[in-house]
Amino acid sequence: MAENQNTVCFRTMHLDARVRHTLESYRSVGGYRQWERILREKPDPDQLINEVKTSALRGRGGAGFPTGLKWSFMPRSKPDQKYIVCNSDEGEPGTCKDRDIMRYNPHQLIEGMAIAGYCIGATIGYNYIRGEFYEPIARFDEALEEAYAAGLLGKELLGSSIDFDLYTHLGAGAYICGEETALLESLEGKKGQPRFKPPFPAQAGLYGKPTTINNTESLASVPVILEKGGQWFLEQGRPNNGGPKLFSVTGHVARPDNFEIPLGTPFRDLLEMAGGVSGGRALKAVIPGGSSVPVVPGDVMLTTDMDYDSITKAGSMLGSGAVIVIAEGTCMVKVLANLAHFYAHESCGQCTPCREGTGWLARVLDRMLAGQGRTQDLDLLDNVAGRIGGRTICALGDAAAMPVQSFLKHYRFEFEYLVEHGRPLVEAA
Amino acid sequence: MSFRNTPLAVIQDVDKETLLTPELRAEIDKHVAKYPPEWKQSAVMPALTLVQDHNGGWLSRELMDQVAAYLDMPETAVYEVATFYAMYDLEPVGRHKVCVCNSISCMLGGAEELMHHIEKKHNVAPGGTTADGKLTFKEFECLGACRHAPVVMVDKAYHECVTPDAIDKIIDDLD
Repeated sequence: MAENQNTVCFRTMHLDARVRHTLESYRSVGGYRQWERILREKPDPDQLINEVKTSALRGRGGAGFPTGLKWSFMPRSKPDQKYIVCNSDEGEPGTCKDRDIMRYNPHQLIEGMAIAGYCIGATIGYNYIRGEFYEPIARFDEALEEAYAAGLLGKELLGSSIDFDLYTHLGAGAYICGEETALLESLEGKKGQPRFKPPFPAQAGLYGKPTTINNTESLASVPVILEKGGQWFLEQGRPNNGGPKLFSVTGHVARPDNFEIPLGTPFRDLLEMAGGVSGGRALKAVIPGGSSVPVVPGDVMLTTDMDYDSITKAGSMLGSGAVIVIAEGTCMVKVLANLAHFYAHESCGQCTPCREGTGWLARVLDRMLAGQGRTQDLDLLDNVAGRIGGRTICALGDAAAMPVQSFLKHYRFEFEYLVEHGRPLVEAA
Repeated sequence: MSFRNTPLAVIQDVDKETLLTPELRAEIDKHVAKYPPEWKQSAVMPALTLVQDHNGGWLSRELMDQVAAYLDMPETAVYEVATFYAMYDLEPVGRHKVCVCNSISCMLGGAEELMHHIEKKHNVAPGGTTADGKLTFKEFECLGACRHAPVVMVDKAYHECVTPDAIDKIIDDLD
């Protein structure tokens, strides 16, 4: 393991696998020292928020919005109840990092949520975990019990006037609940359909009260940022791209895994850490930030670095940090059809362009794969995608449209071949 | 505002002590306690999950109505939730649920082959239940464990890097 790996969210990773998730293990790496310091010294929350701003931590769920800035939107002086909500509804295809944070280092998430609560004036937090995560839910609940028993959560903590209660909320299988306002609807016991914004959650969020929603990895990064300083975190990455980040490298690699490495690490190095392309094949393409972002041809990726700004330059987005590697010999029409089916299934049905359009995309691609594609289907796909993107309440519509446009741009000949010959250019997936 | 931020509270004229079972009510109450008193409906999802588990894996209309009455919700609001989320089943299911993830990383890892294997070997299409009532077989969207593709969720447990041989053994070991 390189020296600069596993320095933040995975900092308990080197400990005994049987106990690395316990309070004792977390304490052994410096855990809860920041929360205890806050309880003792009651620092000015703005000072803490500034530290997070300095770190250039950007939202790790996919949107990449600066976390410190998001916190500063909260009307802290308002007497209303305020909430901090953690988005552990991890479900962006290719992404499997938050699950491992909760399995291997749940206390750091708890400490991060408590600190965030203090910064934004929230005395109650909810961790929204997807329902399928039985094991991470049990781990997180166990950690909550330990933290309550140790007096780290609850009322008048360590004799201070500070309260913080934290609860687990269980989802039940809906990708859309990873969208922050859909998640709030779901927390309120409703269908997870995104809200029209404004008002933004910082004004009217959970139960109509000011609320901040952050991703699991973002919140779990906070204790280390306060311990080592925002400047340290920033310097781990690049300007405007602070810190290490978790990358879930999956697909056609020899050793798929999560890697916590500095932002700005060359993709070539990350691919090597994952054992290279599996089966000795050549690299064909990479979806560098979860299934919702544009695909990038392999040769472009090999000269790109893994940070928000570099990936943007390469024509895609860093998103959630899910790096899906596709080897030579894979039919790109089939890959796109898989993605299209996902979005058609997960569209919440609220906005017509997305509800209808995602189904169209999936059906047209199925028709092509069945050998019944028509020449005009390529334009039809492009046209339908163009009529979804930017025309919906939330980003799921864009997420369904972007892959289509990028696959057509880079692999148009495969679609054309399929239409013309009735069979894919590349047979084996 | 395009959304309602007030609870839908509808108090139904029913003795709550007659609803569900005492054990289920106690479990649901633990979830209700997490939310503001006027927002009992926040517990509807965990409540439906508990009731479904207790009822052999599926929710009948009568049970959904009881959850509605217990949480002071309109019945339709509970149906909306139960029909929206993928983990609820509204028809009887097999003794076990075998959910194969077929999102991108699992597909690249061989999920389709795995699904065809299950389909053929157990003569069951995705969404269906085997004739002996042992399995309900589902194609699932991303289970969030992509580094162990392909992933199969059997009841409440994830199985990782599953091959056709491995799934045979897993299914054989179920009662």
